[in-house]
Amino acid sequence: MHVHFLDPYHAGGSPIHRLDARVKLALTLAFIITTSLVPFGAWAAYILLFAIVLSVELLTDLGIAYFFKRAFLALPFALAALPLIFTVQGAPLATWSSGAGTFTISVEGVERVVSIALKSWLSMQMAIALAATTAFPQLLAAMRALRIPKLLVAIFGLMWRYLFVLADEALRLLRARAARSSASRDAQYKTGGAIVWRARVTGGMAGNLLLRSFERGDRIYDAMAARGYDGEARVLPMPALQAAQWLILGGGLAVCVLILLLALLLA
Amino acid sequence: MHHTIEIRELVFKYPDGARALDGVNFYIAPGEKVALVGPNGAGKSTLLLHLNGILRGEGSVRVAGMEITPSNLLKIRAAVGLVFQDPDDQLFSPTVFDDVAFGPLYQGLPEAQVRARVAEALAAVRMQDYAPRVSHHLSVGQKKRIAIATALSMQPEILVLDEPTAGLDPRARRDLIHLLRELPQTMLIATHDLRMVAELLPRTLVLDQGRIVKDDATRAILDDEDLLRAHGLEKP
Amino acid sequence: MLAVTFAPPVLHIPDGFLSVLVALSLWLVTIVVVIIALRRVNADLGERQVPMMGVLAAAIFAGQMLNFPVAGGTSGHLLGAALATILMGPWAAVIIMTCVIGIQGLIFQDGGLLAMGANIFNMGIVGVVITHFVYRSIRAAAGNRVWSIFVGGFLSAWLSVVLSALITGLELALSGTSPANVAIPAMGGVHILIGLGEALITVGALAFLYFTRPDLLKIGEAKPAGRGIWLAGLVMAIAVAVASPLASSHPDGLEWVAEQQGFLMHAQSAPYHIVPDYLFPGIENQALATILAGIVGVLVVFAVALGIAYARRNKNAASAASQTQH
Ligand SMILES: Nc1ncnc2c1ncn2[C@@H]1O[C@H](COP(=O)(O)OP(=O)(O)O)[C@@H](O)[C@H]1O
Ligand SMILES: [Mg+2]
Repeated sequence: MHVHFLDPYHAGGSPIHRLDARVKLALTLAFIITTSLVPFGAWAAYILLFAIVLSVELLTDLGIAYFFKRAFLALPFALAALPLIFTVQGAPLATWSSGAGTFTISVEGVERVVSIALKSWLSMQMAIALAATTAFPQLLAAMRALRIPKLLVAIFGLMWRYLFVLADEALRLLRARAARSSASRDAQYKTGGAIVWRARVTGGMAGNLLLRSFERGDRIYDAMAARGYDGEARVLPMPALQAAQWLILGGGLAVCVLILLLALLLA
Repeated sequence: MHHTIEIRELVFKYPDGARALDGVNFYIAPGEKVALVGPNGAGKSTLLLHLNGILRGEGSVRVAGMEITPSNLLKIRAAVGLVFQDPDDQLFSPTVFDDVAFGPLYQGLPEAQVRARVAEALAAVRMQDYAPRVSHHLSVGQKKRIAIATALSMQPEILVLDEPTAGLDPRARRDLIHLLRELPQTMLIATHDLRMVAELLPRTLVLDQGRIVKDDATRAILDDEDLLRAHGLEKP
Repeated sequence: MLAVTFAPPVLHIPDGFLSVLVALSLWLVTIVVVIIALRRVNADLGERQVPMMGVLAAAIFAGQMLNFPVAGGTSGHLLGAALATILMGPWAAVIIMTCVIGIQGLIFQDGGLLAMGANIFNMGIVGVVITHFVYRSIRAAAGNRVWSIFVGGFLSAWLSVVLSALITGLELALSGTSPANVAIPAMGGVHILIGLGEALITVGALAFLYFTRPDLLKIGEAKPAGRGIWLAGLVMAIAVAVASPLASSHPDGLEWVAEQQGFLMHAQSAPYHIVPDYLFPGIENQALATILAGIVGVLVVFAVALGIAYARRNKNAASAASQTQH
């Protein structure tokens, strides 16, 4: 029993796959910051950003549908922004009255909500592209290159390694619960029980999972100590970035700056 | 000429008071291949953890000619390659390469040498092509081999394995026995797999309730059905 | 059939919903706190804790897969900040939650990358500080009696979720991506319920651990953190308690605060509106507007949670079905 669906990485040989993880991570962050900085309603800039996202997606060989499907998962959050169409003041788009009062939808409000949803959707797709084309160990190396403390990166690595092991264990616990609760179906007991009882059972499973993790953590430490671990995080140095990769990094950053300038000029 | 492993009157209590080792004595000469058998809870795993100072009990433990002290702990750990029972405990790094490189890195070797050690150890367990792989996606048999490679990359004098064939299917078990036969190191293997013991390890220690109750040639021990039965073992 | 779902991402802010100013400020705070936490963990807890934190982060993440049905397709979930704090102490818990939220954003797009600083702050720092403050206060007040483990666990878990949610609403409002009088009451309202799920699971887990390995419940207490975190908890609780109702009961509450601080001028001249307008046009009565907005907000966010729960349930039913064939 293996939890494979957890790992979003799709092995491949596309140009995006081959791009150095350090460059990929830096450019993804730059893209997302740029997208966040573009003012509301600067549609030309959004089109450019979308063109970039689309090109990257096409280059990954994963199929655009993969990105679109996953990116829409974030859109429900956009509902939180929806009331802005009423609350942002501006040129009225539509007005109606009801018992509670008069509601006015403003052009600026709609513009803002659409912009927020677009920003989120575009950023999300870039993040998906990063995760889908970069094996996690390379991502760890990229994190170190971005000066994230080595100790923290080491803990990230351990967490990722045991994510799968523990997700398997969690799944086993859930299966065991499912097996037991169907056994009592035909008895006269109320199936499922009260919410509090269900919560306590779930809590028991969480406790069980934590207990196993504590024990495993101790054993892992023993295994590390057996090979000379002394508390310091040590890794082999990374090879220097090649000229071509530097070029892509510089080019990507320049494009981000240009889009921002354009957006500010238009706004 | 020193004994590779030399243990005298070793006593160990867990913090909850359980006496897991109760006066253990034995010696292992260089190049010997020795089995450690006994029922569950006999103290086998506990004993193995003493061999490189992860646990420290009363009594004396000498390994590769050194008494274990805090100052030579790192040297001892380089000399004793410990392979844990669950490879998921031993393979804690994101990739196979990182795991096999871990020991050499903490020995302070330069990069080129670390890479050479990794290549050599993976070749020894015939897993050369797996360096960039993620250990989670490997089979149990493959994980066991990698776990052995993580010990071999430190170039230990002694290899200590805890239940290496547990959980393996017959083919993976067979492959592992072939692999262990090829390795030149002094070996101490805790196991319930008496057929493997008969094939691979000329000498056997029987441990029960924290004491060595018998130390003899494997053939003699396997022929002594009363002894086996008395300590929860079964003639293969 | 197995429904494998993760925590509802209502608290995981995606990218695009925070202004750059808010996002970067919270990144800054988060970085400082995480660096201090790394130092403290290294100094206080020792090297044995490094693998432990990694595995526990994985366990909290996996623990978020465990859920129980509540009603109408929603389910109770674990976020885990409270459990991590009670079991490992605040500094290790900050690091554990940082890893959990970091992986969720980086690998699973549960929460954004630019917004990650804020997400870590909301769940990993506010959640941890509140838990530590509440749990320790209750345990101390009860003289470390056994029942206080559970009462303290329940209250601290519940409060950590509710306060994390209020802060999240506050950040959305500050970013101008959701009206304050919608975001804050809606976030708070929904998480008053979600927090109950968290609290019940936390107590269940603590009970299991108490009966199997009571020694584990002492780790969190072994090294009492200094007065700093206690003070931080108090300040945070008071700040949230004052700021949230203020911001949401005055539709223009944030602007009022900004004016008092004298940076309204800056806000208005900045290229992006830091402080947007929150009026519900057409409705004179402010109190009514607030209540109305609150109800709309609660409904909206509830609908979000429902929608996500359904979407995930269907998706995961498929993946669970394909898995059983392995
Ligand atoms: N971490 C521990 N804490 C307390 N007791 C332990 C621990 N590990 C093992 N023991 C106890 O020590 C004894 C020996 O265990 P172990 O060395 O694992 O036996 P074996 O490997 O031979 O099955 C058992 O009684 C076991 O319950
Ligand atoms: Mg054992």
